Amino acid sequence: MKKLATVAASIAAALTFSAAAQAATLDDVQSRDTLRCGVSDGLPGFSVTDSDGNWVGLDVDTCKAVAAAVLGDADKVEFVSLTAVERFTALQSGEVDMLSRNTTWTTTRDASLGINFTGTNYYDGQGFLINTDLGVTSATELDGAAVCVASGTTTELNLADYFEAQGMSFEPVLYDTSDQTVAGFEAGRCDVLTSDTSQLAALRIQLSDPEGAMILPEIISKEPLGPAVRQGDDQWFNIVKWALFLQVNAEEYGVSSSNVDDMLESDDPNVSRIVGTSGDLGSLLGLPSDWGYQIISQVGNYAEMFERNVGPDTPLELERGTNALWTDGGIMYAPPVR
Amino acid sequence: MKHNLNSTQRSWFNINDPRVRSVIYQILIILGVIWAVMTIAGNVVANLEARGIATGFRFLGERAGFGVSQALIEYSSNSTYGRVFFVGLLNTLLVSAMGIVAATFLGLFVGLGRLTPNWLVRKICMVYIEIFRNIPVLLQIFFWYYVVLQTLPRPNQSIALLGDLVFINVRGAYAPRPILESGIGILTTMLILAVVAVIALTIWARRRKRDTGEEFPVLWTSLGILVGTMTVGYIATGQPLVFEIPELRGFSFDGGMRLRPELLALWLALTIYTSTFIAEIIRSGIQSVSHGQTEACRALSLSERQRMKLVVLPQALRVIVPPLTSQYLNLTKNSSLAVAIGYPDLVSVFQGTALNQTGQAIEIVGMTMAVYLLISLLVSAFMNWFNKRVALVER
Repeated sequence: MKKLATVAASIAAALTFSAAAQAATLDDVQSRDTLRCGVSDGLPGFSVTDSDGNWVGLDVDTCKAVAAAVLGDADKVEFVSLTAVERFTALQSGEVDMLSRNTTWTTTRDASLGINFTGTNYYDGQGFLINTDLGVTSATELDGAAVCVASGTTTELNLADYFEAQGMSFEPVLYDTSDQTVAGFEAGRCDVLTSDTSQLAALRIQLSDPEGAMILPEIISKEPLGPAVRQGDDQWFNIVKWALFLQVNAEEYGVSSSNVDDMLESDDPNVSRIVGTSGDLGSLLGLPSDWGYQIISQVGNYAEMFERNVGPDTPLELERGTNALWTDGGIMYAPPVR
Repeated sequence: MKHNLNSTQRSWFNINDPRVRSVIYQILIILGVIWAVMTIAGNVVANLEARGIATGFRFLGERAGFGVSQALIEYSSNSTYGRVFFVGLLNTLLVSAMGIVAATFLGLFVGLGRLTPNWLVRKICMVYIEIFRNIPVLLQIFFWYYVVLQTLPRPNQSIALLGDLVFINVRGAYAPRPILESGIGILTTMLILAVVAVIALTIWARRRKRDTGEEFPVLWTSLGILVGTMTVGYIATGQPLVFEIPELRGFSFDGGMRLRPELLALWLALTIYTSTFIAEIIRSGIQSVSHGQTEACRALSLSERQRMKLVVLPQALRVIVPPLTSQYLNLTKNSSLAVAIGYPDLVSVFQGTALNQTGQAIEIVGMTMAVYLLISLLVSAFMNWFNKRVALVER
């Protein structure tokens, strides 16, 4: 009988669990001493495991910056690899504290999924990868083509929009993961592979004959990729947002992981706010005062993060382009740290 | 008087009466279940609202905006999510129906093959069953899709069969498509008349056999009637049926009928996997009919075919039908593995793409589960009806 009462009580407790019982994400992360971060299931340059089994990439570094700011240790991250279809449910349900999974910021996602995008860590656009022997040089010649695409992405929507606008027909060949789209493309199941151009560069080097494939010049969409958090926790939203803003500001003021210790003695008030030696901005965010120093010393500024993972010296060979600082002709711009 | 009142009261409301108590318990449990369901639903709605997640079924009327490779009904990226649901549902039903029919025939042949006196055929059937029954069906789907169909040549090097009428390549199998022209109405009427004649002939032959015991070659006569009328009609009405031959144009083949490799791989895998179980069900069903029946048939000098058709199968069916139902249900549910190779079934396009684009997990997953439940219940209902029908044959 006692057992029955316990069961009944626990069921009642489960049923009366109400909306108000949402704990602050910051407290959860600090008491767990680990940041749970949702990343892509293997996308070179953005989130992959290297030969030693460590996660590397631009999206991975975005997670690490948040861990450095919150926990003081960039390695206290548990990476959860998610497919495109799984990612939002995982964030909504609290399985991950933040999502950093080359996810495009759109109105629908911002307004109806119960998530908030905190910024853009890579400005991308959708393009097409095609075999050179087909003799196609422009996306306007693709009428009737079979197109391989990963399901559950904005890519799928842009593709339909583009062919509709051009008055052309196409056959979508949908796969679950980007690896499968490459396999389908190589087998000839589709003529064209479509994705964000940064991904196409990454996927192209996975082909058995990268020289036999080319990226068409057309960019058919805007794809601002960035991290996202759950709605309703403004403090956590601010932390994830400012971790990235701080990295961009650090690049702007020339603070990098190599000189950050010297910068602690800097007289420039902008720099000392970034490294946390003046103005206690950390406590406003609910973080230690050296949060900026931890991010820069352990992960680096935005330029370092870019060069290390996707820049010209990596296999992806991507130029800064749109992602250059606003002072260098790009659109990477962050509000001031003050 | 007082005593009387008490006794009547006791007769329909006495807490010590076990029947009364059981009714009270049942009412309490039902109330509890209703309360639990309402609370869960209320909590879900409140929590979703608090987290700013959209709810409701309005999304079904909104523009989907993505393409689907195979649609049995009119579909474009301008169609609604509601239409996506039906496109996915029909694709699920298509592959399930194709799989059920093919698996039943294949299973029947393999099951009978396991019982033939021919040693080689028996062993081949046994090996077939043991291999395909014991490999997970998902691996078989991958095998057919990636190992067999994805290694076929590209469209410009297609394998041509039947003198350039049928083409096979990595994009699927292409065959000529019949196009109906004027005059087809007369031909259709003639076909219907011929079928009516065949049915009438069958009834007449059965009646004659019952009355006189004389056999009539129904099968051959029927074939003759059908083929004869169709040939005469086709020529007389000016050949109203032409075929559109698939042609290599642009990136791929155009025109004709097409079987996509995703559908083909899924169909093959589901058919072969399920047919092994059906074969075992049929073999065990036939073996469940006692050997004495066979001996009795021989004593009556019935032929082997008559023995199977008139004595053994009707009795075996009673044992076969119930487990066969589960296999049909399994096949239908296994068809949701389509998502692994991108066949646009309900799980792939609706619970996959549509869910991801709208983010309305509870509504979409709920609808998808309801569909599978409904399909399963319908299949069971039909098979129960069929089972009752064959069970009546029992004497």
